[in-house]
Amino acid sequence: MEPIIRMENVNKWFGELHVLKDISLDVAPGEVLVIIGPSGSGKSTLIRTINRLEPVQKGRIVVDGVELNEDVRNIEAIRREVGMVFQQFNLFPHMTILENVILAPTRVRKIPREQAIAKAMELLERVGIADQANKYPAQLSGGQQQRAAIVRALAMEPKIMLFDEPTSALDPEMVGEVLDVMRGLARSGMTMLVVTHEMGFARDVADRVIFMDEGRIVEEGVPDEIFSHPQHERTQAFLARILHH
Amino acid sequence: MRFVAWMRKNLFDGWWNTLLTLSVGGLLIAFLRSVSIWAFTEARWYVIPNNFRLLMVGPYPPEEVWRLWVALTITTGLMGLSFGVFVRWWGPALSRALALALLIWVLAWPVVMPGTRLWLFLALVTFFAAYPLGTRLAGLRKFLPVMWLLAFLLALDVASGVPMNRWGGFFLTMVVTVSTVVIAFPLGLILALGRTSKMPVISLLSTLYIELIRGVPLVTVLFLAWIMVPLFVPENLRVPQMIRAIAGFALFAAAYLAEYVRGGLQGVPKGQWEAAWAVGLSGYQTVTYIILPQAIRSVIPALIGQAIAIFKDTSLLVIIGLFDLLSMAQVALSNPKYLGLEREVYLFLMLVYFIGAAVLSYASRRVEKAMGLGSR
Repeated sequence: MEPIIRMENVNKWFGELHVLKDISLDVAPGEVLVIIGPSGSGKSTLIRTINRLEPVQKGRIVVDGVELNEDVRNIEAIRREVGMVFQQFNLFPHMTILENVILAPTRVRKIPREQAIAKAMELLERVGIADQANKYPAQLSGGQQQRAAIVRALAMEPKIMLFDEPTSALDPEMVGEVLDVMRGLARSGMTMLVVTHEMGFARDVADRVIFMDEGRIVEEGVPDEIFSHPQHERTQAFLARILHH
Repeated sequence: MRFVAWMRKNLFDGWWNTLLTLSVGGLLIAFLRSVSIWAFTEARWYVIPNNFRLLMVGPYPPEEVWRLWVALTITTGLMGLSFGVFVRWWGPALSRALALALLIWVLAWPVVMPGTRLWLFLALVTFFAAYPLGTRLAGLRKFLPVMWLLAFLLALDVASGVPMNRWGGFFLTMVVTVSTVVIAFPLGLILALGRTSKMPVISLLSTLYIELIRGVPLVTVLFLAWIMVPLFVPENLRVPQMIRAIAGFALFAAAYLAEYVRGGLQGVPKGQWEAAWAVGLSGYQTVTYIILPQAIRSVIPALIGQAIAIFKDTSLLVIIGLFDLLSMAQVALSNPKYLGLEREVYLFLMLVYFIGAAVLSYASRRVEKAMGLGSR
């Protein structure tokens, strides 16, 4: 099957720092890809290049048949098809949850307001926070905010969802509710790229796991292989650290 | 008993604080005593009512003053409406406003003529007629800024039945203040966005403008508008002095407003930009819907502070020959009948400026509260 995301020899530098080194990666439609690795390994940067929150200096990225380049129209076209969920939620604090959700559909996709509201309420219902629709983000718990942020991304009906450590800023008791929403989304056939430290989630949900270290993809495979029989010693060391405490 | 406890804790906490309290209190009492003795026995306050028209509208022809009353009534009507939309309950707020209106009405007794009192009554009644309307039309909130702008233009239009060179007094002060704010605010926004722009030419020009204006005193800008403009602009193209003064004020204030807004822009976290881009908003949409609303809200106190500063700075108009409040005071004092009454007149001016600034500052707190709900 034609990959929906194709990265070829992608390289990125922050000044002198070489953060992505020769990354080549294909993602199939409907695939759930989990990216793990120590902090500073470039995993967040990797998924942020896909909707061009981070430009790259070398290599090619093609998303859904559109090649990312300097052209603003291309970038905006891709961002319409790619939803993103951030570690810090980044909801718009001056708008209610409902306004957060319908902003892009009404302004970017030009969907009539009533229709956008109906769709938004349906999505909010699905993640269990329909009763919070008219509150402001600051009035919600972290878990509720993150679910609202997921809905905001889904309201654009994206083909791909990027998750940048979606549970890292949450209190432990709220992690489950967000992961449940993500599980449901994965089951519905959404293409997902997830950067996370939740190994249980990765094991359950991922079709493929990628281990990154120092800007390189060190190892990749189905979750069972990676978690039970890691080949590379850096993968072994990382998993040993993270699983045994 | 709580009062005594409070005093003991805050005023008489140890011998040093007791000493301070007593000496400062003594000075304060002595000062207030001599001021009030002067105010109630020696002061000849008749200078204020006798010159009230002069102070309020300057050389505006008496038979045309109805125009200003119409303008005021438009303003109070819209004020009532806004009050209704923002406050939204009948109880204490309304009765407080009613009491205030009654107070104005009574206090106006010695200073205005019977016909004028009728107008004042009409203006106040309009406020209370518009208030309940506002409480019922919550959806009006979005349109209020536009309505204020239109009302302001309408009021200006009504007032300009008299040529601008005869505008004066408190009226002129208000016109210059409001016009300056209305013009300087969008200009400041544009300059702030310009200075933070990634395009070097725009950024450089905005920075240059802001730094240039902030490097010169307001008085020089006003003198420039007064003396220099006639050198470059031919006689028949020259705009009235008042317009030039407003332009000077607005160009000056815009530079300061720009810096406040820029501060607000920098205070919006980077994640807000990224989240807006990530859902597909264009750069323009991101700024309009996400960044500016947050930036402006965080700097409202500073913006209102600037508006208050403009209001007070209008007293500089006197030096470029406009008939503002301060210059009308000087006219009144130059009348031999009122020789030596500077204290009364300047104290009154102080009161007018203080009340004006206090009202603005109260409005600022209300707006902040009304907008502050979603803040983190």
